[in-house]
Amino acid sequence: MAVAERDGQRIWTRRTTKAEFAVWAAWLVGVALFVYCWHKISELTIWDFVYDAPTQAADLARRMVPPDWAYSGELWRPVWDTISIATLGTALAVVMAVPIAFCAARNTTPSAVLVRPAALFVIVSSRSINGLIWALMLVTILGPGVLAGIIAIAFRSIGFCAKLLYEAIEEIDEKQVEAVRATGASGAQVMSYGIVPQILPAFAGISVFRWDINIRESTVLGLVGAGGIGLQLNASITNLAWTRVSLIILIIIGTVVVSEWISAKVRHAII
Amino acid sequence: MTKTTAMRPAAEAPRTWRRKPFIANPLLRWGLWLCAALYVAVALGTLDVNWVRVWEGLPRGRQFLAAFFPPDFTTRWDEIYEGILESLWMTVTSTVIGILLSIPIGVGAARNIAPAPVYYVCRAILAVSRSFQEIILAIFLVKLFGFGPFAGFMTLSLATIGFYGKLLAEDIEDMDPSQAEAVRATGAGWLQWINFGVQPQVMPRMIGLGLYRLDINFRESAVVGIVGGGGIGATLNTAFDRYEFDSAAAILLIIIGIVMVVEYASGHLRKWVQ
Repeated sequence: MAVAERDGQRIWTRRTTKAEFAVWAAWLVGVALFVYCWHKISELTIWDFVYDAPTQAADLARRMVPPDWAYSGELWRPVWDTISIATLGTALAVVMAVPIAFCAARNTTPSAVLVRPAALFVIVSSRSINGLIWALMLVTILGPGVLAGIIAIAFRSIGFCAKLLYEAIEEIDEKQVEAVRATGASGAQVMSYGIVPQILPAFAGISVFRWDINIRESTVLGLVGAGGIGLQLNASITNLAWTRVSLIILIIIGTVVVSEWISAKVRHAII
Repeated sequence: MTKTTAMRPAAEAPRTWRRKPFIANPLLRWGLWLCAALYVAVALGTLDVNWVRVWEGLPRGRQFLAAFFPPDFTTRWDEIYEGILESLWMTVTSTVIGILLSIPIGVGAARNIAPAPVYYVCRAILAVSRSFQEIILAIFLVKLFGFGPFAGFMTLSLATIGFYGKLLAEDIEDMDPSQAEAVRATGAGWLQWINFGVQPQVMPRMIGLGLYRLDINFRESAVVGIVGGGGIGATLNTAFDRYEFDSAAAILLIIIGIVMVVEYASGHLRKWVQ
Protein backbone atom coordinates (compact mmCIF):
# COMPACT_ATOMS: atom_id res chain seq x y z
CA MET A 1 0.00 0.00 0.00
CA ALA A 2 1.33 3.42 -0.85
CA VAL A 3 0.26 7.01 -1.20
CA ALA A 4 0.74 9.01 -4.38
CA GLU A 5 0.81 12.81 -4.64
CA ARG A 6 -1.34 14.19 -7.42
CA ASP A 7 -2.13 17.95 -7.74
CA GLY A 8 -1.12 18.42 -4.13
CA GLN A 9 -3.62 15.80 -3.00
CA ARG A 10 -2.68 12.52 -1.37
CA ILE A 11 -4.32 9.60 -3.11
CA TRP A 12 -4.34 5.99 -1.92
CA THR A 13 -2.79 3.53 -4.38
CA ARG A 14 -2.33 -0.17 -4.03
CA ARG A 15 1.35 -0.31 -4.92
CA THR A 16 4.35 1.98 -5.01
CA THR A 17 5.41 3.28 -8.42
CA LYS A 18 8.32 0.86 -8.48
CA ALA A 19 6.14 -2.14 -7.67
CA GLU A 20 3.68 -0.93 -10.30
CA PHE A 21 6.43 -1.00 -12.92
CA ALA A 22 7.61 -4.44 -11.85
CA VAL A 23 4.12 -5.87 -12.15
CA TRP A 24 3.68 -4.19 -15.51
CA ALA A 25 6.98 -5.61 -16.79
CA ALA A 26 6.05 -9.11 -15.59
CA TRP A 27 2.76 -8.87 -17.45
CA LEU A 28 4.55 -7.62 -20.58
CA VAL A 29 6.97 -10.54 -20.56
CA GLY A 30 4.17 -13.01 -19.86
CA VAL A 31 1.92 -11.74 -22.62
CA ALA A 32 4.80 -11.57 -25.12
CA LEU A 33 5.75 -15.16 -24.31
CA PHE A 34 2.17 -16.30 -24.74
CA VAL A 35 1.76 -14.50 -28.08
CA TYR A 36 5.03 -15.96 -29.35
CA CYS A 37 4.00 -19.51 -28.36
CA TRP A 38 0.56 -19.05 -29.82
CA HIS A 39 2.05 -17.82 -33.08
CA LYS A 40 4.30 -20.89 -33.28
CA ILE A 41 1.42 -23.28 -32.64
CA SER A 42 -0.78 -21.56 -35.18
CA GLU A 43 1.99 -21.90 -37.79
CA LEU A 44 1.87 -25.66 -37.31
CA THR A 45 -1.91 -25.83 -37.50
CA ILE A 46 -4.04 -26.41 -40.55
CA TRP A 47 -6.80 -23.98 -39.71
CA ASP A 48 -9.26 -25.44 -42.23
CA PHE A 49 -9.44 -28.57 -40.07
CA VAL A 50 -10.10 -26.46 -37.01
CA TYR A 51 -12.92 -24.49 -38.70
CA ASP A 52 -14.36 -27.78 -39.86
CA ALA A 53 -14.20 -29.32 -36.37
CA PRO A 54 -17.76 -28.49 -35.21
CA THR A 55 -19.25 -30.29 -38.24
CA GLN A 56 -16.88 -33.19 -37.65
CA ALA A 57 -17.82 -33.33 -33.98
CA ALA A 58 -21.53 -33.38 -34.77
CA ASP A 59 -20.96 -36.12 -37.33
CA LEU A 60 -18.91 -38.17 -34.87
CA ALA A 61 -21.52 -37.74 -32.14
CA ARG A 62 -24.24 -38.94 -34.51
CA ARG A 63 -22.22 -42.03 -35.35
CA MET A 64 -21.59 -42.81 -31.69
CA VAL A 65 -25.24 -43.25 -30.65
CA PRO A 66 -26.68 -45.58 -29.70
CA PRO A 67 -23.86 -47.46 -27.91
CA ASP A 68 -23.47 -51.05 -29.10
CA TRP A 69 -24.81 -52.73 -25.94
CA ALA A 70 -24.41 -56.22 -27.42
CA TYR A 71 -20.64 -55.75 -27.33
CA SER A 72 -20.59 -55.36 -23.54
CA GLY A 73 -20.43 -59.16 -23.06
CA GLU A 74 -16.90 -59.16 -24.48
CA LEU A 75 -15.77 -56.33 -22.20
CA TRP A 76 -15.96 -58.00 -18.77
CA ARG A 77 -12.58 -59.64 -19.19
CA PRO A 78 -10.78 -56.39 -20.21
CA VAL A 79 -12.42 -54.52 -17.33
CA TRP A 80 -11.20 -57.23 -14.91
CA ASP A 81 -7.72 -56.99 -16.45
CA THR A 82 -7.77 -53.21 -16.05
CA ILE A 83 -8.67 -53.48 -12.37
CA SER A 84 -6.01 -56.17 -11.87
CA ILE A 85 -3.38 -53.97 -13.51
CA ALA A 86 -4.26 -51.08 -11.22
CA THR A 87 -4.47 -53.15 -8.04
CA LEU A 88 -1.39 -55.34 -8.50
CA GLY A 89 0.56 -52.36 -9.84
CA THR A 90 -0.34 -50.30 -6.78
CA ALA A 91 0.59 -53.18 -4.45
CA LEU A 92 3.95 -53.60 -6.15
CA ALA A 93 4.57 -49.84 -6.06
CA VAL A 94 3.74 -49.57 -2.37
CA VAL A 95 6.13 -52.40 -1.50
CA MET A 96 8.94 -50.67 -3.38
CA ALA A 97 8.02 -47.17 -2.17
CA VAL A 98 8.37 -47.94 1.55
CA PRO A 99 12.16 -48.45 1.66
CA ILE A 100 12.67 -45.53 -0.72
CA ALA A 101 10.53 -43.28 1.49
CA PHE A 102 12.54 -44.26 4.58
CA CYS A 103 15.76 -43.49 2.69
CA ALA A 104 14.40 -40.13 1.52
CA ALA A 105 12.99 -38.86 4.83
CA ARG A 106 15.43 -36.57 6.61
CA ASN A 107 14.88 -38.15 10.03
CA THR A 108 15.24 -41.81 9.01
CA THR A 109 17.68 -41.78 6.10
CA PRO A 110 20.83 -43.83 6.69
CA SER A 111 22.96 -41.17 5.01
CA ALA A 112 21.84 -37.66 4.13
CA VAL A 113 24.78 -37.17 1.77
CA LEU A 114 24.68 -40.35 -0.30
CA VAL A 115 21.39 -42.23 0.09
CA ARG A 116 18.95 -39.33 0.34
CA PRO A 117 19.78 -37.67 -3.02
CA ALA A 118 19.67 -41.08 -4.73
CA ALA A 119 16.23 -41.80 -3.26
CA LEU A 120 15.02 -38.33 -4.25
CA PHE A 121 16.29 -38.88 -7.80
CA VAL A 122 14.35 -42.16 -8.01
CA ILE A 123 11.24 -40.32 -6.82
CA VAL A 124 11.60 -37.46 -9.30
CA SER A 125 12.30 -39.65 -12.31
CA SER A 126 9.43 -41.98 -11.51
CA ARG A 127 7.07 -39.02 -11.17
CA SER A 128 8.18 -37.11 -14.23
CA ILE A 129 7.68 -40.00 -16.66
CA ASN A 130 4.03 -40.63 -17.38
CA GLY A 131 2.51 -44.10 -17.05
CA LEU A 132 1.91 -44.27 -20.78
CA ILE A 133 5.60 -43.66 -21.49
CA TRP A 134 6.62 -46.31 -18.96
CA ALA A 135 4.17 -48.65 -20.71
CA LEU A 136 5.58 -47.78 -24.13
CA MET A 137 9.04 -48.63 -22.86
CA LEU A 138 8.03 -51.85 -21.13
CA VAL A 139 5.96 -53.08 -24.07
CA THR A 140 9.06 -52.81 -26.25
CA ILE A 141 11.04 -54.81 -23.69
CA LEU A 142 8.56 -57.30 -22.21
CA GLY A 143 6.18 -57.59 -25.12
CA PRO A 144 2.52 -56.53 -25.14
CA GLY A 145 0.28 -57.70 -22.33
CA VAL A 146 -0.81 -57.09 -18.78
CA LEU A 147 2.62 -57.67 -17.24
CA ALA A 148 3.98 -54.55 -18.97
CA GLY A 149 0.92 -52.66 -17.71
CA ILE A 150 1.37 -53.77 -14.10
CA ILE A 151 5.04 -52.83 -14.06
CA ALA A 152 4.36 -49.51 -15.81
CA ILE A 153 1.74 -48.61 -13.20
CA ALA A 154 4.10 -49.72 -10.42
CA PHE A 155 7.06 -47.67 -11.68
CA ARG A 156 4.90 -44.63 -12.19
CA SER A 157 3.38 -44.89 -8.70
CA ILE A 158 6.62 -45.40 -6.74
CA GLY A 159 7.48 -41.72 -6.91
CA PHE A 160 4.03 -40.53 -5.89
CA CYS A 161 3.69 -42.96 -2.96
CA ALA A 162 7.27 -42.49 -1.77
CA LYS A 163 6.99 -38.69 -1.92
CA LEU A 164 3.80 -38.52 0.14
CA LEU A 165 5.08 -41.19 2.51
CA TYR A 166 8.41 -39.53 3.19
CA GLU A 167 6.65 -36.25 3.85
CA ALA A 168 4.47 -38.11 6.37
CA ILE A 169 7.58 -39.64 7.98
CA GLU A 170 9.21 -36.22 8.29
CA GLU A 171 6.12 -34.91 10.07
CA ILE A 172 5.95 -37.60 12.78
CA ASP A 173 6.02 -36.76 16.47
CA GLU A 174 9.65 -37.23 17.58
CA LYS A 175 8.64 -37.57 21.23
CA GLN A 176 7.08 -40.98 20.67
CA VAL A 177 10.20 -42.17 18.87
CA GLU A 178 12.29 -40.81 21.73
CA ALA A 179 10.12 -42.63 24.28
CA VAL A 180 10.51 -45.95 22.50
CA ARG A 181 14.24 -45.40 22.16
CA ALA A 182 14.46 -44.61 25.90
CA THR A 183 13.23 -48.12 26.72
CA GLY A 184 16.38 -49.47 25.11
CA ALA A 185 14.80 -50.57 21.85
CA SER A 186 17.02 -51.45 18.90
CA GLY A 187 16.88 -49.55 15.61
CA ALA A 188 14.41 -51.97 14.06
CA GLN A 189 12.25 -51.91 17.18
CA VAL A 190 12.21 -48.11 17.19
CA MET A 191 11.11 -48.27 13.56
CA SER A 192 8.37 -50.79 14.21
CA TYR A 193 7.01 -49.39 17.51
CA GLY A 194 7.84 -45.69 17.25
CA ILE A 195 7.57 -44.71 13.59
CA VAL A 196 5.38 -47.24 11.79
CA PRO A 197 2.25 -46.83 13.97
CA GLN A 198 2.39 -43.07 13.37
CA ILE A 199 2.50 -43.29 9.58
CA LEU A 200 0.21 -46.29 9.13
CA PRO A 201 -3.00 -44.27 8.56
CA ALA A 202 -1.20 -41.99 6.07
CA PHE A 203 0.24 -45.05 4.37
CA ALA A 204 -3.18 -46.68 3.97
CA GLY A 205 -4.69 -43.42 2.75
CA ILE A 206 -1.94 -42.90 0.17
CA SER A 207 -2.27 -46.46 -1.16
CA VAL A 208 -6.01 -46.17 -1.66
CA PHE A 209 -5.67 -42.71 -3.21
CA ARG A 210 -3.06 -43.95 -5.66
CA TRP A 211 -5.16 -47.03 -6.46
CA ASP A 212 -7.96 -44.73 -7.50
CA ILE A 213 -5.64 -42.74 -9.78
CA ASN A 214 -4.22 -45.97 -11.17
CA ILE A 215 -7.64 -47.27 -12.21
CA ARG A 216 -7.95 -44.09 -14.27
CA GLU A 217 -4.48 -44.51 -15.78
CA SER A 218 -4.77 -48.22 -16.48
CA THR A 219 -7.80 -47.67 -18.72
CA VAL A 220 -5.58 -46.07 -21.37
CA LEU A 221 -2.45 -48.25 -21.09
CA GLY A 222 -3.92 -50.58 -23.72
CA LEU A 223 -3.45 -47.86 -26.34
CA VAL A 224 0.24 -48.75 -26.45
CA GLY A 225 -0.45 -52.47 -26.03
CA ALA A 226 -0.10 -52.88 -22.28
CA GLY A 227 -3.37 -54.72 -21.66
CA GLY A 228 -6.70 -53.72 -20.21
CA ILE A 229 -9.72 -52.09 -21.79
CA GLY A 230 -7.55 -49.63 -23.71
CA LEU A 231 -6.76 -52.44 -26.16
CA GLN A 232 -10.44 -52.72 -27.09
CA LEU A 233 -10.73 -48.94 -27.25
CA ASN A 234 -7.79 -48.75 -29.61
CA ALA A 235 -9.13 -51.57 -31.79
CA SER A 236 -12.59 -50.02 -31.99
CA ILE A 237 -11.16 -46.62 -32.93
CA THR A 238 -8.94 -48.16 -35.61
CA ASN A 239 -11.95 -50.03 -37.04
CA LEU A 240 -14.07 -46.86 -36.86
CA ALA A 241 -16.61 -48.82 -34.79
CA TRP A 242 -17.89 -45.68 -33.07
CA THR A 243 -20.89 -47.28 -31.35
CA ARG A 244 -18.43 -49.61 -29.58
CA VAL A 245 -16.18 -46.67 -28.71
CA SER A 246 -19.04 -44.89 -26.98
CA LEU A 247 -19.89 -48.04 -25.01
CA ILE A 248 -16.28 -48.48 -23.91
CA ILE A 249 -16.09 -44.85 -22.83
CA LEU A 250 -19.27 -45.23 -20.81
CA ILE A 251 -17.82 -48.30 -19.11
CA ILE A 252 -14.55 -46.51 -18.40
CA ILE A 253 -16.37 -43.56 -16.83
CA GLY A 254 -18.50 -45.96 -14.79
CA THR A 255 -15.43 -47.82 -13.51
CA VAL A 256 -13.68 -44.57 -12.63
CA VAL A 257 -16.71 -43.21 -10.77
CA VAL A 258 -17.12 -46.44 -8.78
CA SER A 259 -13.42 -46.58 -7.89
CA GLU A 260 -13.50 -42.95 -6.83
CA TRP A 261 -16.47 -43.69 -4.58
CA ILE A 262 -14.75 -46.72 -3.02
CA SER A 263 -11.56 -44.78 -2.43
CA ALA A 264 -13.44 -41.87 -0.84
CA LYS A 265 -15.32 -44.29 1.46
CA VAL A 266 -12.18 -46.15 2.52
CA ARG A 267 -10.21 -42.97 3.12
CA HIS A 268 -13.08 -41.59 5.14
CA ALA A 269 -13.11 -44.76 7.25
CA ILE A 270 -9.34 -44.61 7.87
CA ILE A 271 -8.89 -40.94 8.65
CA MET B 1 -3.84 -49.72 26.03
CA THR B 2 -3.46 -47.87 29.32
CA LYS B 3 -7.22 -47.88 29.63
CA THR B 4 -7.62 -51.62 29.31
CA THR B 5 -4.86 -52.42 31.79
CA ALA B 6 -6.08 -49.86 34.29
CA MET B 7 -9.61 -51.23 34.29
CA ARG B 8 -8.57 -54.74 35.24
CA PRO B 9 -7.47 -55.90 38.68
CA ALA B 10 -3.72 -56.29 38.98
CA ALA B 11 -3.78 -60.09 39.19
CA GLU B 12 -5.60 -60.42 35.88
CA ALA B 13 -3.46 -57.92 34.02
CA PRO B 14 -1.73 -59.44 30.97
CA ARG B 15 1.96 -60.06 31.61
CA THR B 16 3.12 -58.90 28.22
CA TRP B 17 1.94 -55.87 26.35
CA ARG B 18 0.74 -56.32 22.80
CA ARG B 19 0.35 -53.45 20.43
CA LYS B 20 -3.14 -52.50 19.36
CA PRO B 21 -3.91 -53.75 15.86
CA PHE B 22 -4.68 -51.21 13.12
CA ILE B 23 -8.19 -52.59 12.58
CA ALA B 24 -9.77 -53.30 15.97
CA ASN B 25 -12.40 -55.87 14.94
CA PRO B 26 -10.59 -59.25 14.55
CA LEU B 27 -13.26 -60.64 12.21
CA LEU B 28 -12.93 -57.68 9.86
CA ARG B 29 -9.14 -57.75 10.14
CA TRP B 30 -8.74 -61.43 9.25
CA GLY B 31 -11.57 -61.16 6.71
CA LEU B 32 -9.78 -58.35 4.90
CA TRP B 33 -6.52 -60.33 4.86
CA LEU B 34 -8.35 -63.37 3.51
CA CYS B 35 -10.11 -61.31 0.82
CA ALA B 36 -6.82 -59.69 -0.19
CA ALA B 37 -5.07 -63.07 -0.43
CA LEU B 38 -7.96 -64.55 -2.41
CA TYR B 39 -8.03 -61.57 -4.74
CA VAL B 40 -4.29 -61.70 -5.42
CA ALA B 41 -4.51 -65.44 -6.10
CA VAL B 42 -7.42 -65.03 -8.51
CA ALA B 43 -5.90 -61.99 -10.20
CA LEU B 44 -2.55 -63.70 -10.69
CA GLY B 45 -4.33 -66.83 -11.89
CA THR B 46 -6.31 -65.03 -14.57
CA LEU B 47 -3.47 -62.93 -15.96
CA ASP B 48 -2.11 -64.43 -19.11
CA VAL B 49 1.52 -63.52 -19.31
CA ASN B 50 3.59 -64.75 -22.19
CA TRP B 51 6.68 -65.72 -20.19
CA VAL B 52 8.56 -66.87 -23.29
CA ARG B 53 8.19 -63.42 -24.80
CA VAL B 54 9.23 -61.81 -21.52
CA TRP B 55 12.33 -64.00 -21.42
CA GLU B 56 13.17 -63.11 -25.01
CA GLY B 57 12.72 -59.44 -24.22
CA LEU B 58 15.20 -59.34 -21.35
CA PRO B 59 18.30 -58.82 -23.53
CA ARG B 60 16.44 -55.91 -25.10
CA GLY B 61 15.86 -54.52 -21.61
CA ARG B 62 19.58 -54.76 -20.94
CA GLN B 63 20.23 -53.00 -24.26
CA PHE B 64 17.83 -50.26 -23.20
CA LEU B 65 19.56 -49.78 -19.86
CA ALA B 66 22.92 -49.76 -21.62
CA ALA B 67 21.60 -47.02 -23.91
CA PHE B 68 21.61 -44.64 -20.94
CA PHE B 69 25.43 -44.91 -20.82
CA PRO B 70 25.85 -42.79 -22.83
CA PRO B 71 22.56 -41.58 -24.35
CA ASP B 72 22.65 -40.37 -27.93
CA PHE B 73 21.71 -36.69 -28.07
CA THR B 74 23.22 -35.94 -31.46
CA THR B 75 21.80 -38.28 -34.14
CA ARG B 76 18.20 -37.15 -33.82
CA TRP B 77 18.96 -33.77 -32.26
CA ASP B 78 16.89 -31.78 -34.78
CA GLU B 79 13.78 -33.85 -34.13
CA ILE B 80 14.29 -33.80 -30.37
CA TYR B 81 14.81 -30.02 -30.41
CA GLU B 82 11.64 -29.49 -32.47
CA GLY B 83 9.65 -31.81 -30.20
CA ILE B 84 10.79 -30.13 -27.01
CA LEU B 85 10.00 -26.66 -28.37
CA GLU B 86 6.57 -27.82 -29.53
CA SER B 87 5.89 -29.27 -26.09
CA LEU B 88 6.92 -26.02 -24.42
CA TRP B 89 4.71 -23.93 -26.74
CA MET B 90 1.79 -26.23 -26.02
CA THR B 91 2.44 -26.03 -22.28
CA VAL B 92 2.50 -22.22 -22.18
CA THR B 93 -0.51 -21.58 -24.43
CA SER B 94 -2.70 -24.28 -22.90
CA THR B 95 -1.96 -23.16 -19.35
CA VAL B 96 -2.78 -19.53 -20.16
CA ILE B 97 -5.95 -20.26 -22.14
CA GLY B 98 -7.07 -22.96 -19.73
CA ILE B 99 -6.72 -20.67 -16.73
CA LEU B 100 -8.45 -17.77 -18.50
CA LEU B 101 -11.41 -19.99 -19.37
CA SER B 102 -11.54 -21.59 -15.94
CA ILE B 103 -11.85 -18.27 -14.08
CA PRO B 104 -15.50 -17.54 -15.02
CA ILE B 105 -16.40 -21.21 -14.55
CA GLY B 106 -14.62 -21.40 -11.20
CA VAL B 107 -16.32 -18.20 -9.98
CA GLY B 108 -19.65 -19.62 -11.13
CA ALA B 109 -19.00 -22.89 -9.32
CA ALA B 110 -18.41 -21.27 -5.93
CA ARG B 111 -21.49 -21.82 -3.78
CA ASN B 112 -21.14 -18.63 -1.77
CA ILE B 113 -21.09 -16.13 -4.63
CA ALA B 114 -23.03 -17.77 -7.48
CA PRO B 115 -26.80 -18.22 -7.71
CA ALA B 116 -28.01 -21.84 -7.69
CA PRO B 117 -28.66 -22.40 -11.45
CA VAL B 118 -25.24 -20.98 -12.42
CA TYR B 119 -23.66 -23.05 -9.66
CA TYR B 120 -25.10 -26.33 -10.95
CA VAL B 121 -24.22 -25.61 -14.60
CA CYS B 122 -20.62 -24.73 -13.74
CA ARG B 123 -20.19 -27.71 -11.40
CA ALA B 124 -21.50 -29.97 -14.18
CA ILE B 125 -18.98 -28.51 -16.65
CA LEU B 126 -16.17 -29.13 -14.16
CA ALA B 127 -17.32 -32.68 -13.41
CA VAL B 128 -17.48 -33.59 -17.10
CA SER B 129 -14.11 -32.05 -17.90
CA ARG B 130 -12.51 -33.91 -14.99
CA SER B 131 -14.01 -37.32 -15.67
CA PHE B 132 -12.38 -37.67 -19.11
CA GLN B 133 -8.92 -39.17 -19.15
CA GLU B 134 -6.60 -36.75 -20.93
CA ILE B 135 -5.43 -39.38 -23.40
CA ILE B 136 -8.97 -40.34 -24.41
CA LEU B 137 -9.76 -36.67 -24.86
CA ALA B 138 -6.61 -36.32 -26.96
CA ILE B 139 -7.64 -39.18 -29.25
CA PHE B 140 -10.94 -37.48 -30.02
CA LEU B 141 -9.43 -34.05 -30.46
CA VAL B 142 -6.80 -35.44 -32.82
CA LYS B 143 -9.67 -36.88 -34.88
CA LEU B 144 -11.38 -33.49 -34.91
CA PHE B 145 -8.47 -31.09 -35.37
CA GLY B 146 -6.00 -33.27 -37.22
CA PHE B 147 -2.51 -34.32 -36.13
CA GLY B 148 -0.26 -31.71 -34.59
CA PRO B 149 0.16 -29.49 -31.57
CA PHE B 150 -3.26 -27.80 -31.86
CA ALA B 151 -5.02 -30.98 -30.73
CA GLY B 152 -2.57 -31.31 -27.86
CA PHE B 153 -3.10 -27.66 -26.94
CA MET B 154 -6.90 -28.20 -26.85
CA THR B 155 -6.54 -31.34 -24.72
CA LEU B 156 -4.33 -29.66 -22.15
CA SER B 157 -6.55 -26.55 -22.05
CA LEU B 158 -9.65 -28.61 -21.34
CA ALA B 159 -7.84 -30.62 -18.67
CA THR B 160 -6.61 -27.36 -17.12
CA ILE B 161 -10.17 -26.01 -16.93
CA GLY B 162 -11.33 -28.99 -14.88
CA PHE B 163 -8.35 -28.87 -12.53
CA TYR B 164 -8.06 -25.13 -12.05
CA GLY B 165 -11.77 -24.33 -12.03
CA LYS B 166 -12.47 -26.83 -9.28
CA LEU B 167 -9.62 -25.61 -7.07
CA LEU B 168 -10.56 -21.96 -7.68
CA ALA B 169 -14.17 -22.65 -6.72
CA GLU B 170 -13.07 -24.42 -3.54
CA ASP B 171 -10.72 -21.62 -2.66
CA ILE B 172 -13.44 -19.00 -3.10
CA GLU B 173 -15.76 -21.05 -0.91
CA ASP B 174 -13.09 -21.11 1.81
CA MET B 175 -12.44 -17.36 1.76
CA ASP B 176 -13.03 -15.02 4.66
CA PRO B 177 -16.54 -13.57 4.10
CA SER B 178 -15.99 -10.56 6.36
CA GLN B 179 -13.44 -9.00 3.98
CA ALA B 180 -15.80 -9.40 1.03
CA GLU B 181 -18.59 -8.03 3.19
CA ALA B 182 -16.52 -4.95 4.00
CA VAL B 183 -15.95 -4.20 0.31
CA ARG B 184 -19.64 -4.67 -0.40
CA ALA B 185 -20.51 -2.27 2.42
CA THR B 186 -18.64 0.53 0.62
CA GLY B 187 -21.26 0.30 -2.13
CA ALA B 188 -19.12 -1.56 -4.65
CA GLY B 189 -20.73 -3.08 -7.75
CA TRP B 190 -20.54 -6.83 -8.41
CA LEU B 191 -17.37 -6.64 -10.53
CA GLN B 192 -15.71 -4.30 -8.03
CA TRP B 193 -16.73 -6.64 -5.27
CA ILE B 194 -15.08 -9.60 -7.04
CA ASN B 195 -12.01 -7.54 -7.92
CA PHE B 196 -11.38 -6.00 -4.48
CA GLY B 197 -13.13 -8.33 -2.06
CA VAL B 198 -12.61 -11.83 -3.49
CA GLN B 199 -9.67 -11.75 -5.89
CA PRO B 200 -6.98 -10.54 -3.45
CA GLN B 201 -7.89 -13.35 -1.06
CA VAL B 202 -7.51 -16.18 -3.57
CA MET B 203 -4.74 -14.67 -5.72
CA PRO B 204 -1.57 -15.94 -3.94
CA ARG B 205 -2.76 -19.53 -3.81
CA MET B 206 -4.09 -19.42 -7.36
CA ILE B 207 -0.78 -18.15 -8.75
CA GLY B 208 0.89 -21.07 -7.01
CA LEU B 209 -1.60 -23.52 -8.46
CA GLY B 210 -1.19 -21.97 -11.91
CA LEU B 211 2.53 -22.65 -11.76
CA TYR B 212 1.84 -26.18 -10.53
CA ARG B 213 -0.50 -26.71 -13.48
CA LEU B 214 2.20 -25.43 -15.85
CA ASP B 215 4.39 -28.18 -14.46
CA ILE B 216 1.66 -30.83 -14.94
CA ASN B 217 0.91 -29.61 -18.45
CA PHE B 218 4.51 -30.06 -19.49
CA ARG B 219 4.51 -33.63 -18.20
CA GLU B 220 1.24 -34.35 -19.97
CA SER B 221 2.41 -32.70 -23.18
CA ALA B 222 5.02 -35.45 -23.37
CA VAL B 223 2.20 -37.99 -23.52
CA VAL B 224 -0.42 -36.51 -25.84
CA GLY B 225 2.14 -36.87 -28.63
CA ILE B 226 1.86 -40.66 -28.41
CA VAL B 227 -1.69 -40.46 -29.78
CA GLY B 228 -0.83 -37.78 -32.37
CA GLY B 229 -1.11 -34.57 -30.36
CA GLY B 230 2.31 -33.20 -31.26
CA GLY B 231 5.25 -32.43 -29.00
CA ILE B 232 8.08 -34.52 -27.63
CA GLY B 233 5.80 -37.56 -27.14
CA ALA B 234 5.63 -38.05 -30.90
CA THR B 235 9.43 -38.00 -31.14
CA LEU B 236 9.70 -40.45 -28.25
CA ASN B 237 7.15 -42.79 -29.80
CA THR B 238 9.08 -42.79 -33.09
CA ALA B 239 12.32 -43.52 -31.26
CA PHE B 240 10.76 -46.56 -29.56
CA ASP B 241 9.21 -47.75 -32.83
CA ARG B 242 12.62 -47.68 -34.47
CA TYR B 243 14.21 -49.42 -31.44
CA GLU B 244 16.56 -46.44 -31.17
CA PHE B 245 16.99 -46.84 -27.44
CA ASP B 246 19.88 -44.41 -27.17
CA SER B 247 17.81 -41.57 -28.64
CA ALA B 248 14.85 -42.57 -26.44
CA ALA B 249 17.12 -42.49 -23.39
CA ALA B 250 18.27 -39.00 -24.37
CA ILE B 251 14.65 -37.82 -24.70
CA LEU B 252 13.70 -39.31 -21.33
CA LEU B 253 16.66 -37.63 -19.66
CA ILE B 254 15.69 -34.30 -21.24
CA ILE B 255 12.10 -34.69 -20.01
CA ILE B 256 13.26 -35.52 -16.48
CA GLY B 257 15.66 -32.56 -16.58
CA ILE B 258 13.03 -30.07 -17.74
CA VAL B 259 10.48 -31.35 -15.23
CA MET B 260 13.03 -30.93 -12.45
CA VAL B 261 13.89 -27.40 -13.59
CA VAL B 262 10.22 -26.42 -13.92
CA GLU B 263 9.38 -27.94 -10.54
CA TYR B 264 12.28 -26.20 -8.84
CA ALA B 265 11.55 -22.85 -10.53
CA SER B 266 7.83 -23.00 -9.83
CA GLY B 267 8.52 -23.89 -6.21
CA HIS B 268 10.75 -20.83 -5.86
CA LEU B 269 8.27 -18.56 -7.66
CA ARG B 270 5.48 -19.81 -5.42
CA LYS B 271 7.48 -19.02 -2.30
CA TRP B 272 8.26 -15.58 -3.70
CA VAL B 273 4.62 -14.83 -4.55
CA GLN B 274 3.13 -16.02 -1.27
